[in-house]
Amino acid sequence: MTSSLFFTQLLNGLQLGILLFLLSAGLTLVFGIMNFVNLAHGSLYMMGAYFAAAAYRWSGSFIVAGLIAVPATLVLGLAVERVALARLYSRDHLDQVLTTFGLILIFNEVVRFVWGSAPVYMNVPSALAGTVSLFGLPYSAYRFAIIAVGLAVGAGLYLLIHRTRIGMLIRAGAANGAMVAALGVNIRLLNSLVFGLGAALAALAGLMAGPIFAVQPGMGEPILILTLVVIITGGIGSIRGAFYGALLVGVVDTVGRAFLPGILREFFERAIAQAAGPAIASMLIYLLMAVVLALRPKGLFPVKHG
Amino acid sequence: MVERMGSARFWFAAAFIGLLALVPAIAAAAGEPYYVTVFSRIMVFGLAAVGLNLILGFGGLVSFGHALYIGIGAYSVGILSFHGVTSGFAHLGTALAAGAMLAVLIGLVCLRTSGMAFIMITLAFAQMFYFLAVSLRQYGGDDGMSIAARSDFALVSLDQAAVLYYLIFGLLAAALYGLHRVVHSRFGMVLRGCRANERRMVALGFPTLRYKLAAYVASALVCAVAGVLLANLTQYASPAYMQWIVSGDLIVMILFGGMNTLLGPVVGSAAIVIIEDLLTAFRLGLPWGIDAIVSAHWMALLGALIIVVVLALKNGLYGWLVAREAGAD
Repeated sequence: MTSSLFFTQLLNGLQLGILLFLLSAGLTLVFGIMNFVNLAHGSLYMMGAYFAAAAYRWSGSFIVAGLIAVPATLVLGLAVERVALARLYSRDHLDQVLTTFGLILIFNEVVRFVWGSAPVYMNVPSALAGTVSLFGLPYSAYRFAIIAVGLAVGAGLYLLIHRTRIGMLIRAGAANGAMVAALGVNIRLLNSLVFGLGAALAALAGLMAGPIFAVQPGMGEPILILTLVVIITGGIGSIRGAFYGALLVGVVDTVGRAFLPGILREFFERAIAQAAGPAIASMLIYLLMAVVLALRPKGLFPVKHG
Repeated sequence: MVERMGSARFWFAAAFIGLLALVPAIAAAAGEPYYVTVFSRIMVFGLAAVGLNLILGFGGLVSFGHALYIGIGAYSVGILSFHGVTSGFAHLGTALAAGAMLAVLIGLVCLRTSGMAFIMITLAFAQMFYFLAVSLRQYGGDDGMSIAARSDFALVSLDQAAVLYYLIFGLLAAALYGLHRVVHSRFGMVLRGCRANERRMVALGFPTLRYKLAAYVASALVCAVAGVLLANLTQYASPAYMQWIVSGDLIVMILFGGMNTLLGPVVGSAAIVIIEDLLTAFRLGLPWGIDAIVSAHWMALLGALIIVVVLALKNGLYGWLVAREAGAD
């Protein structure tokens, strides 16, 4: 019983990690290539989820919802980048943080205005409503699909970054943007492309998270903070770091929340364990991050430049 | 940065502080005791912003997690009161001790990073304690806890709004004076040197980490004191005080008022709190229900305002006055 529960929680952690990876990949790419921090990345995730929920309700098809939500968020991301963010690339980080902080406030209110404050619920698509059997244990087919899609996207990103000309330019842009521009590459276009890619990945995460979490105003912020923890732990600017960091954070968080209270009960009195268990479990990933930073200030997989 | 007699900035600063000193009298004359509460709030957040400005404006360390220390201060009052300890000195002492211990530990980890990573990691640590506060079910959890009585400082009773107001005013004045002294001391010079060029400071033989850590802890303690005052003002301690929005607000206040200026953060705090107050009670009688939309969605307007200020008004309101004078010299 315990081992099957552990296995299920491990998969749930993996699934959370995959969602985090989709978000951190975009954020870390944008940071790596443009030296720009986009706190409004969580808002793009939220917009993706809302677009998906609206399109799903309208069409009744999850595929159609995805086909609408991802391009819509991509266009939104590009518009935001052109209008507000592009002029901030040369400014210092404080200005970038504050502007994107302002954007978060705006996006949250826009969502509240259009869709209201109450959560919007999305059903799991009927084809994935059942369970799949993994090593003889039943597991939610929908969550399993998230893991599969995420791994496929991860592999696709790896190929894109390491095996294509665009990917080569992205890597070159991250190492030395001015030099790439001097060699005749349109770095502005490249920036927009990377930003759009990040927005699309955030929308994909929002689409897939819709049926699991409640779609509501402000849903982007908790996950944004987790994403920041992921990219700090993994190493800022590194896709590989984002991947392993996301899986690590997802698994530690989920498994910790599920089992830490029980483990504490073995060692302490019931009252103490009941009070301290959830508290420590919710702090676990931050402690993980602190330990990683104390040992390796540049994260687990630091980017090597030059 | 010394306020010169006779300059426009001197008169502005003098008028601003004079106004703050007279608020309870004006409110009593106008029969609007609500003003005392609003300006108490302005000064509490102004105090926290002044503390943050020590490392943000003068040290160049952008901490996105100083709401954490406001929360430490507020929960020191809340938890001790819950267990029947009402002494204000105990509250303040606990807040300072807990704040200092945490700030040293967190500062040591955070200061290993710089730039962007520093912003993110301070945010993450604040979030960690936010979730810790949410999970403290016996102390109200998500909803927070109300505090039965204000801190008991033996000699003075804080039950009167005006007394609490002048306590906050006095502490704010002390913090401003202290910051003025610190910034112009050798310590402050080293700190500003670190912001300008840390490598050079290291080459000159300064143990920069020690200076930055000391500044980080000092600014955290000012925020902890602000937290104690905030808990006394609202008679409530809530995880919401540690929310990252609050950390963001503190930075916005500093930027609104003007970084690198002494009084700027307080001016910024006044601007933000007053804007918030005006927008939430927006009643201009505009057509098409615009009034209701503005008061319900004022956060969006605040967001837009933040963006405009960041993009257009680089030096902030008070800083603009300073820069204009510097240009005129």
